[in-house]
Amino acid sequence: MIKIYNDGKRITAALVGDIDHHAAREMREQLDDVIARSRPELLILDLAGVGFMDSSGIGLILGRSRAVRAVGGELLVKNADYEIAEVIRISGLGHLIAAQPNTL
Amino acid sequence: MKKVLINECKAVFPALSRNESISRSIAAAFLLQCDPTVEETAAVKTAVSEAVTNAIVHGYRNSKGYVEMLMKLFDNNTVYIRIKDKGAGIADVKAAMEPMFTTAPADEERSGLGFTVMENFMDKVRVRSVLGEGTTVTLEKKIGGKPLDKR
Repeated sequence: MIKIYNDGKRITAALVGDIDHHAAREMREQLDDVIARSRPELLILDLAGVGFMDSSGIGLILGRSRAVRAVGGELLVKNADYEIAEVIRISGLGHLIAAQPNTL
Repeated sequence: MKKVLINECKAVFPALSRNESISRSIAAAFLLQCDPTVEETAAVKTAVSEAVTNAIVHGYRNSKGYVEMLMKLFDNNTVYIRIKDKGAGIADVKAAMEPMFTTAPADEERSGLGFTVMENFMDKVRVRSVLGEGTTVTLEKKIGGKPLDKR
């Protein structure tokens, strides 16, 4: 499930639930729809509501990062718990984790 | 010293993506008996999810079949989880285990990081595969916590 908070050119997408191969498909469609409609300057994926993520989530994050960049924007991830951040880091996407999430 | 088998459990399920979450919940439930930390549970769940997803996405890409997950717990607090499919098999296991390697079409957005994640989160990962016959992935991890009650 995804909750979208749209603040003009900045969009926060709060992902809720497990992100695996099964769940990623639907999340991907919803996020691509938002990106195409709103062309955000910044898309923030808020993972506070995500209890589990495997490498299918990496495909999801990387794909959306490319989609946002294609419309001139940027993607950041925030509020990933320790294990999920670890999956993101070993995948080489550590630079997408927001350094100062509280300011976003 | 020879390790002694304390407990084992086998789950067999059809290769449906909805079973990815069920399989890792079963593994987490099996793990509970050795008093794992939150981190250890997350590590095992993630590795199981990767192996089962591989079986579903790659093993049974063009066929239907079952995934078998056999879990064993030994008295040295080591957990073995063997995930087996009778699907397509992997042509080159060494190449498949390289980071970012995937045979899936680009539009499926498979990151090719499944084995990388498994190797990061488990102590040992072994892969046996025969083209046309299937793939077996064995995951192994020593779980900290207190010594097991051997009864």
